[in-house]
Amino acid sequence: MAEPLLAARGLRKSFGALAATDGVDLEVFEGETHAIIGPNGAGKTTLISQLSGRLRPDTGRIVFAGEDVTLLAEPARARKGLARSFQVTSIYREFTALDNVALAVQAHAGHSFRFWRDARRERALREPALAVLEEVGLAERADVLAANLAHGEQRQLEIAMALATRPRLLLLDEPVAGMGIEESQRMVKFLGSLKGRKTMILVEHDMDAVFTLADRISVLVYGRIIATGTPEEIRANPEVRAAYLGEDEAC
Amino acid sequence: MRLAPRTLALLALLALLAAVPPLAAAFAQPFYLDLFRRIMIFAIAAISLNLILGYGGMVSFGHAAYLGIGAYAVGALAHHGITNGFVQWGLAIGASALVALAIGAVSIRTSGIYFIMITLAFSQMLYYLGVSIEEYGGDDGMRVKTLSQFPGLVDLADPVAFYYLVFALLVVVLWVTDRVVRSRFGMVIRAAKSNEARTRAIGFSPYPYRLAAFVIAGAICGLAGALLVNHTAYLTPEFMNWTRSGELMFMVILGGTGTTAGPLFGAAALLLLEDLLQGWRVLPPWVRDYWQLYLGVILVLVVLFAKRGLAGLLPGGRDGDG
Repeated sequence: MAEPLLAARGLRKSFGALAATDGVDLEVFEGETHAIIGPNGAGKTTLISQLSGRLRPDTGRIVFAGEDVTLLAEPARARKGLARSFQVTSIYREFTALDNVALAVQAHAGHSFRFWRDARRERALREPALAVLEEVGLAERADVLAANLAHGEQRQLEIAMALATRPRLLLLDEPVAGMGIEESQRMVKFLGSLKGRKTMILVEHDMDAVFTLADRISVLVYGRIIATGTPEEIRANPEVRAAYLGEDEAC
Repeated sequence: MRLAPRTLALLALLALLAAVPPLAAAFAQPFYLDLFRRIMIFAIAAISLNLILGYGGMVSFGHAAYLGIGAYAVGALAHHGITNGFVQWGLAIGASALVALAIGAVSIRTSGIYFIMITLAFSQMLYYLGVSIEEYGGDDGMRVKTLSQFPGLVDLADPVAFYYLVFALLVVVLWVTDRVVRSRFGMVIRAAKSNEARTRAIGFSPYPYRLAAFVIAGAICGLAGALLVNHTAYLTPEFMNWTRSGELMFMVILGGTGTTAGPLFGAAALLLLEDLLQGWRVLPPWVRDYWQLYLGVILVLVVLFAKRGLAGLLPGGRDGDG
């Protein structure tokens, strides 16, 4: 089998006495959509944050594209092709949608110690940004202030910013959180269109989304991965049913 | 091309500033030449603070330090007999940039209240350094006998020539900072102010950009310091007292943070108000004698009712900036 694009080995992260990540091993292969599910407080966002570089694990290693990135800071990892979206929408509210995406393009277009030319008139930034907005279906809203976009549109913008960095791996932290049924179906459809073309790690509570999109699923409970497998295997796994799926169906 | 009301107001104010010398001469009121020159010098300092405070989100409470360094560079060189303006102002700008680099390198690792306190602490250190140097008059300061010399170019002893030099520098500083905040560099520091987590996640390390902005702001403020000491012909550590830093912050906030025109509006409004409340004969003595109290009340009202400052009262250009 090929080398995984991303491999985490023995990740541990504690906050005081709480082991939020308690010895996680994870492998994600090129082209794969890998979902991470688990009940609230299982440590999903903590795990994503360690992968993106926002948090540093206490112990363990993270290898991305054959390189140990464990000690690499978040901006440097982003420049290597690790892009993330946030669970709580994180955009530049006082900039337009196009500005938001153009900034993401700019972050990957060399250094920004350029003091003179108007960045908003640089076609090298605006055109790729507009192309990404078109891809996510926000082209018509390009000149709207991000703060004035609808919630679903802001979530799309968040994905657009991640895509604009031409990532090798997308870390999506609950991309359909807080969306209405229609919006979330549209988002799932869009993420489905990326499937195969982009490698994705998807943290999600919405089980429909997970079972539609994922090639493989890892189940995280109390900071440990208790099972990894195809959607069918996970659905059939009694341990998972007991720990998670069962209680989810109940509510 | 249609100009936004805010841009028009800025151009009108600049036209008014350009017209002050002939008007002051016509009405035989040379005092106004002095007042408006002072306003423009503080506007340059406030514009530099706005670059880091308004656009970069770095609330520096020690910006007057660079005013002082610029002033001391000129005053000290003059004291030792070096009066060439290019040397003096070059040192003022260079020394301010270097000190900003050192202060920024430490301060920018902190944020929020710690950043405010650490910049304040650094500037107070410099203030007390100034107070302690007896050679330059200690806390009394000293007179600068010879103004900066630009032989064959401009004579600062000529009030009108000096006025127009300050005016020209103000226009250049306004133009340059306006370009900078719209450039790629400017977009990064504004993005880091708007949402640091997002900025790091898309691949920017904000630190070097913030530090560069801090140095640019320090250098421009150093120039304002060189102008100020020539304006007063007197060198005093009071230039870098913390109350002075507070005044600069107030000009920026009063005028409208993160706008091109704001600091100029703020400097003009604050210094004109000060002057009016103190000197306007129409006002009763109980106002003139306690003018600071009334100034405070007016400032509180402006901040309460015009949250985006004076510039915020007028619609701006594209994307709400400018």
